[in-house]
This record gives sequence, structure tokens and C-alpha cells, in this order.
Amino acid sequence: MPETAIVLSDVTVRFAEKTLAFDCAIKAGSAIAVVGPSGAGKSTLFNVIAGFQTPASGTVRLLGEDMAGRDPAERPVSIVFQDNNLFSHLTIADNVGLGIDPGLRLDAAARRTVSEALARVGLGGYEKRLPGSLSGGERQRVALARALVRRRPILLLDEPFAALDPAMRADMAALLADLVAETKATMLFITHQPEDIGRLADQVIYVTDGRIRFHEPASDFLARREPADIAKFLGHSVL
Amino acid sequence: MIFARAERRTLDIAGALALGGVLAFVGAATAVLLGHAGTGSGADAPLFDAYILRVARFTFLQATLSTLLSVALAIPVARALARQRAFFGRVWILRLSAVPLGLPALVAALGVIEIWGRQGVVNDLLRLAGLQNPVSVYGLTGILIAHVFFNLPLAVRFLVAALDRIPPEYWLSSANLGMGGGAVFRLIEWPVIRRVLPGIAGLVFMLCATSFTLVLTLGGGPAATTIEVAIYQALRFDFDPARAVLLAFLQIAVTALLLFVLSLFGRPQDEGVTAGRAIRRFDGRRRRLTDGFVILAFTLFTAAPLLATLVSGLAADFGRLALDPMLHRALLTSLAISFASASLSLAIALPVVLVPQLAESGASRPARRLMAVGLPAVGSLILLVPPVVVATGWFLMLRLFGETGRFAPAIVTVINALMALPFVVRVLEPAYRTHLARTARLALSLGITGRRRLMTIDWPALKKPFLTAFAFAMALSLGDLGAVAIFGAEGFVTLPWLLYSRMASYRTADAAGIALILGVLCLLLTLPSTAPERATERTGPDA
Repeated sequence: MPETAIVLSDVTVRFAEKTLAFDCAIKAGSAIAVVGPSGAGKSTLFNVIAGFQTPASGTVRLLGEDMAGRDPAERPVSIVFQDNNLFSHLTIADNVGLGIDPGLRLDAAARRTVSEALARVGLGGYEKRLPGSLSGGERQRVALARALVRRRPILLLDEPFAALDPAMRADMAALLADLVAETKATMLFITHQPEDIGRLADQVIYVTDGRIRFHEPASDFLARREPADIAKFLGHSVL
Repeated sequence: MIFARAERRTLDIAGALALGGVLAFVGAATAVLLGHAGTGSGADAPLFDAYILRVARFTFLQATLSTLLSVALAIPVARALARQRAFFGRVWILRLSAVPLGLPALVAALGVIEIWGRQGVVNDLLRLAGLQNPVSVYGLTGILIAHVFFNLPLAVRFLVAALDRIPPEYWLSSANLGMGGGAVFRLIEWPVIRRVLPGIAGLVFMLCATSFTLVLTLGGGPAATTIEVAIYQALRFDFDPARAVLLAFLQIAVTALLLFVLSLFGRPQDEGVTAGRAIRRFDGRRRRLTDGFVILAFTLFTAAPLLATLVSGLAADFGRLALDPMLHRALLTSLAISFASASLSLAIALPVVLVPQLAESGASRPARRLMAVGLPAVGSLILLVPPVVVATGWFLMLRLFGETGRFAPAIVTVINALMALPFVVRVLEPAYRTHLARTARLALSLGITGRRRLMTIDWPALKKPFLTAFAFAMALSLGDLGAVAIFGAEGFVTLPWLLYSRMASYRTADAAGIALILGVLCLLLTLPSTAPERATERTGPDA
């Protein structure tokens, strides 16, 4: 496996009222918290990596390969959103099974894999249920189970815990940490909660005004007393 | 409680008046029909002769085919439009698909004849291609074309709205998972379409089964006649009231059955999502060409009759038309009737909307609770007893008092008001509900009630839905031919009736000019309210 999982070089994204620019190199196996104010460009950063947003210039390399012209499904990336990760009219097993075959043609072995993944996230026996009958936390676990069966080396999570209550957040974070350790995936997650950084991240990317302002070890970031906006975000008293 | 004591009393009285008035008006017509049922030729002729059976069969046949065609064609068009979000002029195409709905059926029929008729573009092209037998726009073919012209865009709008309500994350997930076109249809689009399809198909079937004007102009003879048109012919040409009455009851039985079936399906919604993440479709990239072709074909089909109406209308001799006293009278009559009927429709709609909300808001006497159930039913009574049937009843009744033409304007006004009532209630009800939830308690606690509440609290907030409802009711009345046709007397000429008689006497240039005037009037009234929601594409990051 190459040393670096994600390299963005001189990537720019243009919108009507502003231009965003990203440069970064992320080592394989990192767990990175992406933080920053709303509208700063965190989701756009994910969209560029996942292939939902075509950059105006620059190159995106994932696992050493240039991603230019590659569709989202052709990239080594799985993505989990805050909500609506599951198709509400499909059973839990089918929702996970889509990770194995997007046309949902599943043989007995695939069905077994699905059941194992569901058991791994603590939802054994939920196969036949519909997403509507699950809690928000359980639905996010199903999304993780799907990411698990897809076996993509890069996992992006766009505010995966934002809709969950504090106890569920802690459970989910613990589960996620285990899964990432097992699969050795490179993980990036967007969060607005400083405690998620301590629980899950070894590095932090701080995005503001469409730029990556800091990319540093989580411990350094958590110890920051300046600039003021970060200190405030972390809950430190501003000097 | 959301109303003060005096307001409650006013509403009770208004509710009782609306309930009693509508029931009496429709009831009187039905009673007259019942009274006629035992008399006349019905006694010696069999109850359902071959003619009536043929008419009933044709009504169902054309409605079934129209529905199948409209809905089956709408699915690929809606999928293409939902998928190609950046298609050139997409917003305008969606707006175009609202146009037929606001157009009088007679004007649309003329447009369809211009394109598909003997001298139309389609037959010219077919002849160029070497075909000898042109498409005939009269009979079943023409009725189907006209019904698809009206209902395909309607079905497309409902389906696009349903597809746009799919959570945007689904498209991102499906792209991330690598679903192909077939899987997207099978796993995402079809489950949504399947849910709304029965409601859409039911609505289209209802509209086609009770379609009067299009069948009157494009159908012909006993081979292509629906129940409504047969009523008109029995009354106006054969003067056979017994047959008209029999047909009227057949029509009520059919609509009752249809309404019952429709109520099982639920009503389709035409609003898409407005908030949240922008919809981005990644499965559209590889289908741009085929989707573009489908969208283009749909646009041509919908726009061509409109353009033809415009072009041939502009070619009319407006100088002469402007001096035509018949046109002046018809225009004034139509405007007066549509204004009066829209006002009446809104006046009836207010208690229909408000009394149920009053009854919901707290303990009410049984009488009011009964009204709260009865008023909404009365609001859509005209769907059960169609305009032509009510007009027939009143025509037969007024005949006893001599000159029917004298009463015609009043009867047509009331019938048109009742026709618009379901739409008016549908516009006002949700608007009033949110408005009351927001302001009622505050206004009451501040003591702003009665007239002051109407002027300072209600009108400013509800101006837009009121005007929308009023404009829609006016357009509906302006374009209506059914009620007028039953009464159509020498002294009573509306714009659609004038247009119809000019078409019947082959004064095509005049007809084209009148059609343009009528079409523009109606579209000016309806288009502002049917504009689709603003495009939801966001331009900023972190959408």
C-alpha cells in the first residue's frame, strides 16, 4: 500500500461567489478530524475526494493514482452522510448488500457477508427490517456495515454523529474506532464537536474560508490557545 | 379557541348559508332530473339501449387509453427531466408543462387541430414521407391526442415533483456505490413512481372521463361520444330530456365510482423539496443524448399547438374583430360572469375552509361539527355531479318558467363558482391553516378581531393565495364551455361560445383570433401562480 492515501495538489473549486483551494497529503491509515466553521468548505473537500465535485484545476491522487475523469464509484472511497444513508424502502440487508453489488444481485455467500457485517456493528438479526423502524444511531451503524462490506481503503464521514444524542455518539465513535483499526482504512470525518477529535482522530485538518489553514497532530490542535476562533471552538478561555 | 365569539357566530351563519345554498342548488337540479326520469320516451324504450351502452363504453375506452398514454409517456419524460438538472431551459420546460392546465379546452382543441389536423404540420410531414392516408384528428385519435396534450404535462409535473422529493443523499450514495441506470430505476426511482402513480392515473382518468369540450369539438357522431357530450346532444339536438336524465344519472354513477376509487389512492402532490442539500444527479452524464431527445420531443409536443394558436391567431384580422359587436358583448359577458363566479367561489370557500378549523380548535356543538364534515364534502360536490348535469337539471326546471336564456347568466355563474371551488379550497386551506397556527392566538390575546383582524392580520398574509385562487377561478370560468353550451341561447354569448360557433361555421380566421384573445386572458390569470419553485441549485460550498 502506498505511503500516502490522499494527495491534493493545487486543487481549486470555483463557485459563483468564491474560489476554494486545497493542498494536502494524508498518510495511509490516518484518522483525521475535519473541523471549521459552517460554509468554510469542509463538505466541498469531501466532494472533491469522493468525485462529486470536479475541480477547476489541480490533481487529486488517491492511493497514488490520478482520479481525473473517474466516477465516484470508480474511486477507492466510501462515504457516509449525516442522514438518509439508507434507502428507506429497502430492507436493512438490501441496504448493506448494495455495498457488495449495486444492482442487488446477491448470492448466498454475499447474504452471509451482509449478515456478518450487521452482526459486527451490533445489529445481528435486523436483516429483514426497514430503516424506518430503526433509531438514528442504528441507521448510522447500518451505513457503517455497508462501508465495511465495500472494503474501500478510504472512508469519508460527513458529520456522521450530528443527528445522534451524546450517549449514542460515544457508542458510535467507539465502534468506528474499532472498525478503522480492523480494516486499516484511512478515515476523514467532519465534526463540530471537539470531543470527537479526542475520541477518534490522530490528526486535525482545520478548514476556513475555503483553505486548509492547519493540518497537524490532534494533540497539538487540542492544545491550541490561538487563534481565537479555534480556542473558542475548543472551549478554552480566550487569552 | 382561535376565533372570538362574534367571529364564531359569523362563521356559523356563513357555513350554514354555504352548506344550504350549495345543497339546494345542486339538489334542486338533481330533483328535477329525478322527476323527469319517469316520464317521456323512457317508458316504452328499454332503460339502457344500445346507444347508451355504446356511449358508456366509449367514455371508458377513451379515458383508459388517454390515461395509459399520458402516464406511460410521462415516466420517461419525468425521469429525463429529473436527471438532467442542468438541461438548457429546464425551468422553462417545467413552466411550459403548466400551461395546458391553464388553457381553456376549446383553445387547446383548436391548437391540436392546427398541428394534427388535415392541414396541420404533422400531416404535411407524413405526406412528404410518402404516406397517403393522413392522421385524422377527429374521432378517437384526436380525442387521445388532445387528452395527452392536457394530461401528459400534468403527469410529468407530478412525477418530477415526486422524484425531486427523493433525499439528495440517495443520488450521492448511488453514485458512490456505482449503481447503473437499471439499478437506479429499479431500486430508487420505481419505488417512488409506483407510490404516486395510482393517484396521478386516477386524477387523469377522472379528467378524461368527464371531459366535455374536447370530445364535443374533436369527437363526432355516436361512434365517438362520451356521456357528457351525449347529455348535451340529447338535450340540445334531439330534445329528449328522458335520455338526458338517464345519461346524467349514469354520469353521476360513474363519477361516484371514480371518486371512491380515487379516495383510495390519495392525492398527488406537485411540490418538490425546497430546503436542504441541492440535488445533484451523477447518473445523467452518460444519458445526455437520449434524455435530450426525450425532453425535446416532449417540449415540441406540448409547445407546438400553443405556437400554432399564437401564429394563426396573430394572422387574424384584428382590425375587423375589434369592431365586431358580437365579440364586444361576448368579452364583456365573459368577464362579468367570470368575475362574479370567482367572487362567489371565494365567498363559499371561506366557510368551507374555516368552519372545519374552528370545529377542530375546541369543543363545538354537534351542529358545528356536522357542518365541519359537510362543508368540505359540499366543496367538492361538483366533482360528483358534473357541471353539465347540474346545468341540465336547471335547464329542465327553468324551461317550465319559459325563457331559459334570461336565467342563463346567473345559473352559469353559480355552476362556474362550484367548478372552481375544489381548486380554490385546495389553495386556501393550507395557507389559512399555517396562517391561523401562526397568528390566531396572538391576535385573540391582543383583542384584534373581526373586521380589524381581517384587514390588518389576515389580508396582508393571505393576499397571495387569495389572488391566486381568484385568478384561477376566473380563468376556469372564462374558459368554460359546458354550462354555457347547455343554455346557449341567442341572447347569451360568452367568449368560448362565440369561439365555438365561429369554429362550427368554419370562420377559421375569426376563430383563431378569438382563441388567441381567450388563451392569453386565461394564461395571464393562471401562469403567475403555476410557476415552479425556484431552482434549488446552490452555488456555495457546504451545500
